[in-house]
This record gives sequence, structure tokens and C-alpha cells, in this order.
Amino acid sequence: MRQIHIQHGRIIDPANHIDSVGDIYIVDGKIVALFNPPEGFKADIVIDASDKIVCAGFIDLSSRLRDMGHSRKATFKSETRAAASAGITTLCLQPDTRPVMDATSIVEYIKDLAEKADYPQIYPIAALTQKLEGTELSSMLALKQAGCIAVSNANEPVKNLLILRRAMEYAASHDLLFICHPNDFSLSNKGCAHEGAMATRYGLPSIPEAAETIALAECLELAELTGCRVHFGQLSCKGSVIKIHQAKKYGLNVSADVAIHQLHLTEHDIIPFDSAYHVLPPLRTKEDKDYLRHGLASGAINSICSDHQPHDLDAKLGAFPETESGISSLETLLPLMLKLVSQHAISLEQGIAALTQQPAAILRLPTGALTVGFSADVCIFDPELEWQINTDTWQSRGVNTPFWGQTMKGRVTQTLQAGKLIFSLEKR
Amino acid sequence: MYPNIQLNSDGKLKHFLSIEGFNKSLLTEILDTAASFVNPTDGQIKKVPLLRGKTIVNLFFENSTRTRTTFELAAKRLSADVLNMNITTSSTSKGESLLDTIRNLEAMFVDMFVVRHAVSGAAHFIAQQTAPHISVINAGDGQHAHPTQAMLDMFTIRQHKNDFSKLRVAIIGDILHSRVARSEIQALNILGVKEVRVIAPKTLLPAKVETLGVTVSHNLIEGLQDIDVIMMLRLQKERMTSALLPGESEYFKCFGLTEEKLKIAKPDAIVMHPGPINRGVEIDSKVADGKQSVILQQVSNGIAVRMAIMAMAMQHKGAIV
Repeated sequence: MRQIHIQHGRIIDPANHIDSVGDIYIVDGKIVALFNPPEGFKADIVIDASDKIVCAGFIDLSSRLRDMGHSRKATFKSETRAAASAGITTLCLQPDTRPVMDATSIVEYIKDLAEKADYPQIYPIAALTQKLEGTELSSMLALKQAGCIAVSNANEPVKNLLILRRAMEYAASHDLLFICHPNDFSLSNKGCAHEGAMATRYGLPSIPEAAETIALAECLELAELTGCRVHFGQLSCKGSVIKIHQAKKYGLNVSADVAIHQLHLTEHDIIPFDSAYHVLPPLRTKEDKDYLRHGLASGAINSICSDHQPHDLDAKLGAFPETESGISSLETLLPLMLKLVSQHAISLEQGIAALTQQPAAILRLPTGALTVGFSADVCIFDPELEWQINTDTWQSRGVNTPFWGQTMKGRVTQTLQAGKLIFSLEKR
Repeated sequence: MYPNIQLNSDGKLKHFLSIEGFNKSLLTEILDTAASFVNPTDGQIKKVPLLRGKTIVNLFFENSTRTRTTFELAAKRLSADVLNMNITTSSTSKGESLLDTIRNLEAMFVDMFVVRHAVSGAAHFIAQQTAPHISVINAGDGQHAHPTQAMLDMFTIRQHKNDFSKLRVAIIGDILHSRVARSEIQALNILGVKEVRVIAPKTLLPAKVETLGVTVSHNLIEGLQDIDVIMMLRLQKERMTSALLPGESEYFKCFGLTEEKLKIAKPDAIVMHPGPINRGVEIDSKVADGKQSVILQQVSNGIAVRMAIMAMAMQHKGAIV
């Protein structure tokens, strides 16, 4: 019986309406008590969390860990280490792996890689269609039974709405969550930047907001028609927030997330032709950013994800439109969330809920809270600790972040996954 | 804001990638320097020894006749050694990356790259990556910039109109895909013209085009009122197949410059075109060859202006202009 005692931390657990200083008791990987020790408790490990915040481990709804066909970019080992150092205890893996996550053998392989990386809580998202080609349905039930937590076509289009309808009906039949990344392929027209002043000035192929809002509107209609549970991932614009807000008010069973960088950066932050800012959906306007922040505060947007996409240097070395899109973002997730709090965009409780309770509810996982009986996924962080993003502090293999070199405030000191200490800042 | 990699630490021109970021005095210096290369009596361009012993590589990843030829002539008039590389048929088709091509050429003791590439930001990328002793001149990158074309057009305008601050300039046609238009707009605004007006159907205008510092018209007849300088843009044939326009004849009817429409502009208006022209699509032959046309002067001026820019960009390496 391995017993862990976390002492004197400020426990914030939105799911259980807790915000007070106290202790957490863990036995055999499960939370057994809060504030008062259970009978006969004798700690093997004591973690002093004085002046720190203790919350449930973060759940990331969208990440890519590369490996397999992309191991030059990153590996499960490098990225799960980065995730652990960022307080993330559950990762959802997008299906655009190489090969694509459309076969149970791939799911088994992913699980194996996760075990070998000593980070078992990786949930693959199954491909909605075979090879993500948008033409034939994947074996969703088998993939679900193999351990996939949802279905998605990642960023690949399902151009034919009849096929999308059938895929959603089929997913609904097996009570599978469909994660949609709304993007009308023809309207986005191979663009690489927001259709606005910046793209116009620098002559960059651009993507209008309508590429997202039209695809989102179509999917909302199909959600009603099919009864499929839909989660919209990585929204980027005002129109999407408004549509999601209306759909929820209307009673549709939908949820949404936003990537952390969309809450901080706009097209005007882009250093001209700096490929670190090349991300899809693209960085949009200040008005869009403000709406996304309001949406998060009001609950129209449920959660924040990292949308982690590590790249090797070559992938980002070239003329902006020719570079690969994506930001390495696991490790900036917490400090950038805290920055939203310090800028009064959301409360600390909302920020933590958006990384724990909310994604757990979307995935219907018994985690994301410090409930007695739950697996002990715990993140302990120092909200005041400042650190600089550099090669000494950064864990991910992908150094493709526009925040490189900047000083961040707020750092994880310990992470526990199912009661196992998977990260400790002191030990590094 | 455009990062100021175009100037070295002494404020001297090092790379010429985009008009953005330069001030009026530098643009004027380019025009004055270009003028000094032209013999005032016969208009011929002198050969000068300014870049003797320097090696200039014309690195063209996209086809070009006029621009490459005038760059080559300009370099030769400056006494530089010139190497023309047509990369569309060279290494990159063998899978070599842009950066590897640059690295290989660097190793051959090159002093300057003149780059044309189909992707926006390519010249900027090369300037960032190349060895510090090499200057990069942008000869057109994607839809971003074609700054030497803009400067030769400013030179041409100055030959005919002596005060930029009194001018109203119309740019007509495919603004959306035009790197020339973007650079012209920036140069005209920096030189302080009264108005830059873009005239095109909505399908050929980029989003938020007014943020570039222009007024917008969708009607040629209205748009040509009070105009001193008319800049026509080339219309690529593929714009019809991508549903941006219904067809050449309708385009000509709406936006083609004819003698009749030219009369709407000021009587002493000049007509410009960066070439190559599509007669009967964006411009009527009578106008292209007419007395208000300065299209061939633009071509001639390209040599002196490119000489000025190349010589000034080599100043940091001891060239005295």
C-alpha cells in the first residue's frame, strides 16, 4: 500500500466546489481523503504544497505526439515528458498519425508506445473515415472497443455531407463522441493565414472566417438531424462562438474548445514571415480573440486545449506558406491559462475547470476532479514562479513556439498520474 | 511591422526585399542614384566600375524574361560578374531544398542574390538564412512584393510628373494576386501621393484592401475621374478558370482601358503597365501604343533603377555610389 500525503496546498477543485488550503491523501493510486487523514494513514511520501495550488491533472483534448512515421519530429517519450512537466495527466491523440488511426492494430501500437513511455493515460481518437479520406466509414465500434475515446477526421475534410451524415449517425448509434474541426476545404483554399489586413499586406494565401463558420453550421444541422454528440475543436473566430452559444441555448448536445494560443495571439502579433506563427486555424483578429475569451468566460466554450503539434526544425524552415502549421504548446498551457486569469478574462476556477472538469465531462471520464475514490491525477503548481522558455527548461522535442525566449509566470512543481509521481521540478 | 533586416547596423541598405520599412529619403536616394546613371543628353546608361570583382547570382525559381534580363544588364553595367540560374529546371526538381541550393551557391563566393520565387516570403527567408556578407534583392516573391518594379515605376512617374504630393494614382486590375500592386501602393504612399485608388471587381481585391492605404472603386468609369497616373495590371488567364471572372471579353468591357475611357482621366495622365501586356484584355492596343503610354520607358528605366539598388546594397561592402 503506497501512501502519499500532499500537505498545505491551496486545493482548487471546481467539480466539487472546493477552494481552500488543506491536505490530500492518496492510497494505491486513488484519492482516499481530503483535509482529514483517513484512519491508519501513514505516508510513504510527503509532498509539501505550501504556497502552491493543488488541482486535478489537466486533460488535453487535442495533441499530436508524432512518433511512428514522424519520429524525427518527436517521440512519445519526449512529448509525454513534456506533458508531465506541464501538469497534463491525460492526452487525447488526434487520428492523423502515420499510419492513420483507423485500425485496431494501430490503437494497440499506440497503447504499447504509451506504456513504454511510462505514460499510460493516452486516449487515441479514432479516424471517422478510413485513412481520413472522407469516403468510407472506419470500423468505429471496433476502434471504440480497442480503446478509442471519440471519432474525428482530424483536419481532413469530409466533403460529401451525405457521408458526414452517415458517419455521425453511425457514431451516434455507438454513443461515440464526434470531434469536429470545422473547416470548409474549398473556402479555406490552401490558405495559411487569416483573411485580413496581415495576409493582404504580405500577400499570403488566406482563410476567411466563413470557412470555419459554414462548416460549423453544417455540422450543427447534422448534429440535430443525427442526434450525434458533437464536440467542436479549436475554434478560432467570433462567428463560431456565437453559433455555439445559440446551439446550446437551443438545446443541442454540443461542446467546444479553443486552443490556448488563440486566446492570446492575433494576426497582428505575427512577425512577418515568422513560421512559428503558422498555425491552423490561423490567428485571427483582436475581436475574434475577445469573443473567444468571452465565450470561455460565459461557458459557450467549455474547455481549453493545447493543440500541441511539435515539429522538427526543417518543417518550419522555409517561406511561410511552405512551412508546416502547428505550435508546440503543452508546456505553455498552464502559464498562458494563468495569464488569462491575471488579465481578468476568466477566474482561476474557470481556468482550472477548463483544463480538468470540463474536458472530463466532454469525454465522460471519471477524472478531472479531486473526488474521493477517483484515480489520483494531481497537478501541483506554483502560480508565482517565473521561468524562461529556453533549451534548459523546455522538454518537448518541438521548439516551434512563438513564445520562445519569453518569461512565463506559473510552473508545475509536481504531477501525479494515478498516484504515481511522473514529474517533480526539484528532481530535474 | 516589417522587421528591419533590410538595413545594416549603420543604416545602409543591405537587402532590398520590400518597400515596407523604408522612408521617403531612402526611396528618393534610390531615384536620384538611378538618375545619375542616365546620360542626360541621349538617355543612354553608362557603364561604371562600381561592382567590379563582385559576383551576382540571378536566382530565378519562376520564369521571367524582362525582369531577369534587366537585372542582368544592370549588373553588367555595374561591371559585376553575373550568373543566371534558372532553378525551375535545376536542382529543386531533383528534390534539393531551397536552403541547400542557397548554401551551395554561398560556397561559390557569391556577393548578391537576386531572387524570384513563386511563394510569398521566399526572398525574406533567404535573406534571413544566407551568410551575413551576402545581399539579397527581391525580384518578386509570390503575391507579396516586387519592390524593384515599384521603384522603376516611381522613377518613370517622376520623369513625367514633378511632384508626387499632387498626384492621384489609379491601379487597375488583379490587385489580389499582384505583388507589383502591393509594392506600388507602399511606394506611392511613402512618397506622399494625394491618393492611391484601386479599381477592380471584388473578386480581384484582397480582404481589407483599404488597410494598405488605398481608396476602392469597382467601376472604371467612376474610378478614372481626376487620375494623373494609370497603372494597369496584367490579368493572368488562369483567373477565368478559377471562377474569379466570367471571361476576357466581359473583363475588357468593364475594366479594359480604351481610348474612350482614358479620356475620363486627366488629359495629361500617363498610362503604365508592368508587362507583359495582354492586348485586348486589360488594355487596348491603341492605348498601349498611344502617346500617353510610358510602358516602354518603364522597361528602359528598369536598368538604371536596378543598378542603383544593387550598387547601394553593396555600399556596405565598399562600393562607393
